[in-house]
Amino acid sequence: MTRAILSALIGHWRRNLLQLFTLLAGLALGTALWSGVQAINAEARASYDAAAATLDEGRLAQITGQGGAPIAQATYIDLRRAGWNVSPVVEGDLGPVRIVGIDPLTAPQGIGPVAVTGGGDLGVFLSGPGQIFARADTLGRLPATGAQSVASDDIAPNTGITDIGTAQRLLGREGQIDRLLVAPNQPLNRLPLAQIAPDLLEIAPQDGGDVARLTDSFHLNLTAFGLLSFAVGLFIVHGAIGLAFEQRRAMLRTLRALGAPLGSLIALMVVELAALALIGGAVGVALGYIVAAALLPDVAATLRGLYGAEVSGQLALRPVWWLSGLAIAMGGTAVAAAGALWSLARMPLLASAQPQAWGLARQGRGLAVASCLLLALSGAVAVWGQGLIAGFVMLGALLIGGALALPPILSLVLRWGQAFARGPVAQWFWADTRQQLPGLSLALMALLLAMAANVGVSTMVSSFRLTFTGFLDQRLASELYVSAKDAAQASAVATLQDARVNAVLPILSVDRDVAGYPAQIYGARDHATYRDNWQFLRAVPEVWQTLARGEGVLVNEQLYRRAGLDLGAEVAVAPGVSRPILGIYGDYGNPVGQVIITETLFRQHYPDVTALRFGLRLDPAQVEGLRATLQADLAIPETAMIDQASIKALSLAVFERTFVVTTALNILTLAVAGFAILMSLLTLAAMRLPQLAPVWALGLTRRRLALLDLGRAVVLAALTGALALPLGLGLAWALLAVVNVEAFGWRLPMYLFWLDYLRLGGLALLAAALAALWPAWRLSTTPPAQLLGVFRHER
Amino acid sequence: MLLSLRDVTKTYPAAEAPVLRGVSFDVAAGNMMALTGESGSGKSTLLHLIGGLDTADGGVVAINGADLTPLDDAGRAALRRGTVGVIFQQFNLIPSLTVAANIAFQARMSGRFDDRFAQDLAQRLGLGDHLNKYPEQLSGGQQQRVAIARTLAPRPALVLADEPTGNLDEGTADAVFALLCELVAETGAGLILVTHSERLAARLDRRLHLRAGQLS
Repeated sequence: MTRAILSALIGHWRRNLLQLFTLLAGLALGTALWSGVQAINAEARASYDAAAATLDEGRLAQITGQGGAPIAQATYIDLRRAGWNVSPVVEGDLGPVRIVGIDPLTAPQGIGPVAVTGGGDLGVFLSGPGQIFARADTLGRLPATGAQSVASDDIAPNTGITDIGTAQRLLGREGQIDRLLVAPNQPLNRLPLAQIAPDLLEIAPQDGGDVARLTDSFHLNLTAFGLLSFAVGLFIVHGAIGLAFEQRRAMLRTLRALGAPLGSLIALMVVELAALALIGGAVGVALGYIVAAALLPDVAATLRGLYGAEVSGQLALRPVWWLSGLAIAMGGTAVAAAGALWSLARMPLLASAQPQAWGLARQGRGLAVASCLLLALSGAVAVWGQGLIAGFVMLGALLIGGALALPPILSLVLRWGQAFARGPVAQWFWADTRQQLPGLSLALMALLLAMAANVGVSTMVSSFRLTFTGFLDQRLASELYVSAKDAAQASAVATLQDARVNAVLPILSVDRDVAGYPAQIYGARDHATYRDNWQFLRAVPEVWQTLARGEGVLVNEQLYRRAGLDLGAEVAVAPGVSRPILGIYGDYGNPVGQVIITETLFRQHYPDVTALRFGLRLDPAQVEGLRATLQADLAIPETAMIDQASIKALSLAVFERTFVVTTALNILTLAVAGFAILMSLLTLAAMRLPQLAPVWALGLTRRRLALLDLGRAVVLAALTGALALPLGLGLAWALLAVVNVEAFGWRLPMYLFWLDYLRLGGLALLAAALAALWPAWRLSTTPPAQLLGVFRHER
Repeated sequence: MLLSLRDVTKTYPAAEAPVLRGVSFDVAAGNMMALTGESGSGKSTLLHLIGGLDTADGGVVAINGADLTPLDDAGRAALRRGTVGVIFQQFNLIPSLTVAANIAFQARMSGRFDDRFAQDLAQRLGLGDHLNKYPEQLSGGQQQRVAIARTLAPRPALVLADEPTGNLDEGTADAVFALLCELVAETGAGLILVTHSERLAARLDRRLHLRAGQLS
């Protein structure tokens, strides 16, 4: 019996190959975009994990010199003798590769590629020319070092790990240490740091301040995009499964009438769908691999440029990734099929065998009610919800509510169109379009989500770019930035007498805990550079004047949100010294808090801190000449100077790479939605011949009918686009103002990009027109005999 | 002569034998003719050729002296809009339009819509209370009466009815048939009615019988 039922079920797909193709393609495309994005995220996270496993960056307390000055080897030895369980690290660039030197004998457990108790040849690592551990591609870029190269995939991308002695030799930093890693377990009787090395600072482990946290925003947005793309694919699958169930309704009733148990029928259909989901999912995972491999170099460049995070540009096949791809394909199919299976389970034996797809029109009221409830939930969560989960609940409710609102709203608009139509063909056009709505609504919902995702993500990324560019203008107001190697060189820069230089602005900073959170305190000179360029999210009146008098501080948004501060709240800037908050400024991408006080106040409370970095104000045309002078007169190497134009150009180049990624995802998602429309139209084309034949018989040519069909697709896409815009802007607002704030502590201002939306609308219309072109052409060439078949009741 | 057929032949690509083999006859204006024959004898095909829904392989189909054979798709569509009206057995109403819009549809397309005449047709066909309903809300007999009203509203010169009462019970069929004949007679149009019913065929002016694609 099972075999007989199965052959009857499979027979449907044999006779409806297009529908089978739609189902598999929908699953494959949805899974591809989802798993492609997941592959990129997994690769990036693996890179961060490798970096963390290599050095445990950010998770251990560290000791550094004031203002980033190197630590003398002798100071390190003093600390060890005083009982401090610390391990030295030196790092620098050797050609294009970051070299990190560690001491495996003192490094905390799990740090580095070789350990005293672990694997690896410690003798070779420490002695002779030494060893450099790096990924194979990194080793290929490493200049000749004399050290033995050892390939290891566990090392962070573009990083070479070697013994500290070898690193000091290769980097020309003999006797210097950049920082000391502080092991978690320290002897209780050790001497205080201030007593042994008062010029050093101990920095507490940064809770979540590592690169993974910093890049989470980027990955979260990619994940949101992947999820939306998958949702678009899911709509296609839902449509294909629903149609297959409707078309098989008569057969299922017959099978049941012939004695097939309902349970067996449902079980076999589940097996059938699971097999199809596996096939579609496998194809999707393969396609996702191709998408990820194509996009990963740009994503890696973006992450490196934006956050300094090293991500491998090469994709590895990770079992977790492809298993999750298959799982989501299966899960998606289950969600898409649940309604149809439920309907089958409740179908009475003598139920009408007629397809009920057109009866979906009556569900409009139900959809409208569900949509209103979900949108109300979204609004309620936006107002009263708290936390990241609430943010995602709001996002999900907004998107699903928006998608469910589409059919009733379109129906209403089409009803108006019909009411205002003049002429019988125009009236029929609007009425027929309304009648097509149930059959097309799933594809249109897919288009709505795709367009909303496009608008949302484009708005977010473009807002980020605009904000970040403005932020760069604010932060990089000085034309040239100079780093001194020591106090003597710093003093020479600070007292620079050069007619070309309008101002020398020292960058003074110290790491402290502020309001219970790790933060940096900066001392800023009272200068027009800051007054003219800095923008505040919120500020008291006459903020700069008050700050200049030393009567307050400025804090970044992160600290303001995390510590629950507000204007006027007092924050401690030094032991026993508090000042009220005068202004709050945006500080995008910075994981830690920041406090700005006047230079005078800073020097008063931190007299030992020397500024080693400076911003120089001068005519941009004079920058090149001044660089040469500084190099010749003060021996400041070229690498210690960076001009404003270069930094901005680099940042903008990074954004262009980011845009390559988002544009590619935008186009792929739109293409999936276009595919959904094509498949729906092709499927409907056969079903609606009985509706077109009478109109043709009454005097409309096939060509005109085809043109009207084409126009119908464009009109529906245009209406969908008009609804996608507010939904997409809602999505962007939710991402920028709710999810970003909950996840990362800072809120991006939202800008609108009407030209981009117009271009997207044009693309959507083009996608819809292209999707409708083939079905329209088929209609225009339908033989009259086929149309006449309708009247012969041969169908 | 309203309609003139000479040696009309038609063969479908997949068919073993021609559907129509040299059919010739004339219909004068105001003439009502029954076309009978067994299933597959070519009745519907003949109706489709006259209605410009399909094209003949050979011979001449002329309405008011104009041959339909050289007409292109648009020309045949224009013929269907104004000159010829077709009533189908399956009604073939436009489900997305109301009864009123269905009745007006063809007349408005041909530019011959007369609201008073359309209202009158609807009243006489018993559709006055159903004008704002949709076809799916009507019974079979009511739907067929809408189809008749739709066909007659543009006052076509020739009405083609393909088993218009085939899907109706005997009582309803008789009533619909009587109304159809009455209204066609009033408009002065010619009528060709395809039917299996000897009883209905006998009530018309003339009767032609098709057997295996030929008149007998």
